[in-house]
Amino acid sequence: MKALLAIWRRVRTSHAAMVSGGILVGIFVIAIVGPVVSPNDYLQTNFDKMLSPPGIAQLQIFGTDDLGRDLFVRSMLGVQVTIVIAIVASFVSLVIGVAYGAIAGYMGGRVDAIMMRFVDTLYALPFIFFVILLMVAFERNFLLIFVAIGAINWLDMARIVRGQTLSLREREFVQAARLTGVSTLRIIFRHIAPNLIGVVIVYVTLTIPQAILVESFLSFLGLGIQEPQTSLGALVDAGVNQTEGASWMLLIPAALLAIILLCFNFLGDAMRDVFDARDER
Amino acid sequence: MLRYALLRLLGAIPTLLLVIVLAFLMVHAAPGGPFDAERTLPADIEANIAAAYHLDEPLHQQFFRYIGGVLQGDLGPSYRYRDHTVGELIGAAFPLSLKLGATAMLLAVIVGVLVGALAAIRRNTLLDRSLMAVAMTGISIPVFVIAPVLVLLLAVKLQWLPAGWSGNEGLAKYFLPVIALALPQIAYIARLMRASMIDVLASDFVRTARAQGVGTSAIVRYHALKPAMLPVLSYMGPAIAAILTGSVVVEEIFGIPGLGQFFVRGALNRDYTLVLGIVIFYASLVVLFNLVVDILYGAIDPRIRHQ
Amino acid sequence: MSLLQVDALTVRYGDVAAVNDLSFSIERGESVGLVGESGSGKTQTAMAILGLLPPTARTNGSIRLGGTELLGASEKNLNALRARKMAIVFQDPMQALNPFVRVGAQLGRILLQHKLADRKRAYAQVLEMLERVGLPDVERQYAAYPHQMSGGMRQRAMIASALITEPELLIADEPTTALDVTVQAQILELLAEIRRDTALLLITHDLGVVAGHCERMLVLEGGALVEQGTTQSVFAHPQHAHTSSLLAAAPRLDRADIPGGAPGDVVLQVENAAVTYAMQGREALHAVRGVDLTVRESETIAVVGESGSGKSSLVRAALGLVPMQAGRVALCGVHLQGLVEERPKATRRSVQLVFQDPAGSLNPQMRVAKIVAEPLRVHKPTLGELQRLESVTAMLEKVGLSAEYLDRYPHQLSGGQAQRVAIARALILKPKVLICDEAVAALDGTVREQILKLLRDAQTESGLSIIFISHDLSVVRAVSHRVMVMYMGATVELADNESLFGNAKHPYTRALLEAVPVPDPEHAGGKATLDGEIPSALNPPSGCAFHPRCPYAQEICSAEAPGERTVDGALVKCHFAGELLERR
Repeated sequence: MKALLAIWRRVRTSHAAMVSGGILVGIFVIAIVGPVVSPNDYLQTNFDKMLSPPGIAQLQIFGTDDLGRDLFVRSMLGVQVTIVIAIVASFVSLVIGVAYGAIAGYMGGRVDAIMMRFVDTLYALPFIFFVILLMVAFERNFLLIFVAIGAINWLDMARIVRGQTLSLREREFVQAARLTGVSTLRIIFRHIAPNLIGVVIVYVTLTIPQAILVESFLSFLGLGIQEPQTSLGALVDAGVNQTEGASWMLLIPAALLAIILLCFNFLGDAMRDVFDARDER
Repeated sequence: MLRYALLRLLGAIPTLLLVIVLAFLMVHAAPGGPFDAERTLPADIEANIAAAYHLDEPLHQQFFRYIGGVLQGDLGPSYRYRDHTVGELIGAAFPLSLKLGATAMLLAVIVGVLVGALAAIRRNTLLDRSLMAVAMTGISIPVFVIAPVLVLLLAVKLQWLPAGWSGNEGLAKYFLPVIALALPQIAYIARLMRASMIDVLASDFVRTARAQGVGTSAIVRYHALKPAMLPVLSYMGPAIAAILTGSVVVEEIFGIPGLGQFFVRGALNRDYTLVLGIVIFYASLVVLFNLVVDILYGAIDPRIRHQ
Repeated sequence: MSLLQVDALTVRYGDVAAVNDLSFSIERGESVGLVGESGSGKTQTAMAILGLLPPTARTNGSIRLGGTELLGASEKNLNALRARKMAIVFQDPMQALNPFVRVGAQLGRILLQHKLADRKRAYAQVLEMLERVGLPDVERQYAAYPHQMSGGMRQRAMIASALITEPELLIADEPTTALDVTVQAQILELLAEIRRDTALLLITHDLGVVAGHCERMLVLEGGALVEQGTTQSVFAHPQHAHTSSLLAAAPRLDRADIPGGAPGDVVLQVENAAVTYAMQGREALHAVRGVDLTVRESETIAVVGESGSGKSSLVRAALGLVPMQAGRVALCGVHLQGLVEERPKATRRSVQLVFQDPAGSLNPQMRVAKIVAEPLRVHKPTLGELQRLESVTAMLEKVGLSAEYLDRYPHQLSGGQAQRVAIARALILKPKVLICDEAVAALDGTVREQILKLLRDAQTESGLSIIFISHDLSVVRAVSHRVMVMYMGATVELADNESLFGNAKHPYTRALLEAVPVPDPEHAGGKATLDGEIPSALNPPSGCAFHPRCPYAQEICSAEAPGERTVDGALVKCHFAGELLERR
């Protein structure tokens, strides 16, 4: 608990982190509260009101889509779905990546070499092609989206964690612990893991936007979330087809997606500054 | 140097093999076959077709048959476009994708490196901060958002450039797709280059050069540029993968009959051989590209090639 | 007019003054030493002169080189003066030279930049300079990259790059600190003879170096000048308290401080140890070849050697941190086998290690109390929390740290404090043997004294055996009962303190002793009697590994490795142990 508070205090010092974090929190709150407050429903089609531009009437501040559904509510739903998928998928890749990287880094030698060769191989491939194959193969299973995304993103985390573990292992305080007789398990948990936290936090904040990107991309291609559920990517996809007439259908979800991604990236950058600078000392 | 290159080449072969195996398994693991979409046929005719395409053989046999074909340069016939082999289809569609991808890549490297280096030299000035802010935006916004938005702005509203592909002559139609494809990479490379250049400019050997009275432009040219470019060079592998990925979207949005489009269609049509063929083709390209990058890295950093 | 005139120089970072109101001058052609402990502002002064301070530094005062004001001058004007009028040699040539550019090209670039020569002439001039600094096979060195050269060669190249433009002032910032003692002597001699009329500002923490190579000296403390004068007068009659304490704390070859106490039974015995590291696609590296080491209760044995001697590998193998290919290790008669993790837990509390880098040996995420308590947790798990705290506090007090340090993190400690914590951790379980691997190398004079005293007290109190690894012979003189000298993985001489320092038997030991600078202007030591450098361990010479550099080498030396002989109670591995040297 004390450790978490210490981390929070450090994060608080960065303006960029606070601002982008604040915006994100704001968006999430609206995403949850908005649909509850609004009289409209994401399913409700209304052929009278197809493609009406943003306006105040009935709180349809984002207008409606081609089936007369309220875009605001659908957008907020899209945000919710996007965030959930991103967080869960990031968590999956975090667990896989950290475990893989820590093992490779601590074992060293041949084990490490083989494990990292595997990672290097995967890293260079346009993995998205495999993901598409997967998605098509398994008929758009909702669960599989998480797996697919997690499967792409763990590479970065594994690499970073492995690098960090490798250098930590050679540090003298780890040697000292070995000498004293501290058990390997305890060394990993007490000595190596706490020194990984900084790096892990930074990369998680950067993994989340990647997960969002992959999910949006899939939805954009029609392979992700299925109707009537929606995500920001799917909304953008729908919007692309309406460029001539109803440009708000493209611009609004696009803007939301861009803002969320931007904020996460700024946040990640700021986190990197916070943790790197301190650890230098 | 030669030895270094050869070693790397050998290392690339298992990678390729792994790719082929994975792709093959995944394609065949998908439920449904290539002919499901068509009218249901009487059992014996179905059996005949299956036999003709060797689909009734056990999986490993199909695999070896396929590998054998690949080694001879034959990627098999397309299940969907029955009159063409996969090789022919790839040959028809690839040049276009190549033009787009290569131009985007070139643009990304040149602009990215220049912008990044400039930002690093004029560190913390207004120029630097604004360039990096723009770059940050470029990275955050995905290709499939940038492309339609660009189309909306520049083609539909402002009518400066053509929105679609077909029916348009001249070079103008290349602009939007190439820019959409290149933008995220320019942004990423610029940020990478800037960080790298800042590191190099702060290094001890640059300090020595300064102590020797070497001016900034000479320092950048003779001392800093080569080492600063190394991380960018390393990034080239993932960069090309990213451009390939992006090309799928861009071709979709602009209606460009390139390889990316064929891939998505093939996936949706369960056209095994086409999909497999494209994946192998692309993967080979990427592996080859990575090989070149690796070799170049050794050419620039003498410590690596003397190991 | 003086060549360099510094008046009231102040360098500030925020509220902290790294250099405070510093004034001094340097005349043409003279050599001036600038000494002080770390953080005293020596390097900052050098950077200020060259205009290489970071943008966050705020300066005041004046620095005039040949009448031209340097502080606040434009980069363009400074560039015109750099290399032409003033040059610098940095401490670590591996970092200071560009790893991506060939050495010759880097030197040539300087000439081209200042338009001192065209390409063709530049090439010739660089070759000539490389030869002047004593590099063999200059054409090959021209085309070499820094990582292909040895440490000494790199520093020679660095010196070449500084002097090729014949500047009026050469600043050398700790130019030999990163080098082996024998190479240090060579480099300092090179500097002395090659600089001709160029004035030299030699920055160093080593008073022996100043004594041997500087006419005048300046002493800095906390950014301010506390004393200056001719080297002789400062050494003979120091005016300022700080100078006196620096002089007192400086370890000297001629001043023994042999600890008392009679050594008891054998505690740790290493027999015929061999450590080999496998290298990818190459010959294996034999770091340690058949070395014996014994240490008794209440005894301090020093293991001395330059880089590549194998001293660290030997000790790490004995501890089980790296695998030992051959040999036995016995602790109080009990045979120890395998790596650290495989050994019985009980033995691990008996042998402890203190590292060179104090901060690196402490987990940055753990507080001092936890760090020191960890060994207790492992070996005495039944102790209650309160008892643990008591033990830890008591231990900290013993090493001179009050209870307020319990809650501190490593980054909040100074080098000396961190090393005390490391020692506390090592001693809390009352081990039988303490190994100090360059434990005081990173510490300044006065702090070093305190740590050495700490160790001495621990030995007197509990009969602790100490194995003291060091490359610094002056420190070794002060702390050890017996000394073992290693060269390229083998022992060359093993004798007690007086015998080794008074009458060394092995040619290498003699050369080593002659190369050590002594802080005494009358007898400054620091003579380079050995040519060349330590050969690569991957390609060791045949027979006696020292024969290529040995002034007494005969045919038998290259054919056969020498066995051990005992001469006057000292163990020597030389075919002519004691004989040749007697003749001199």
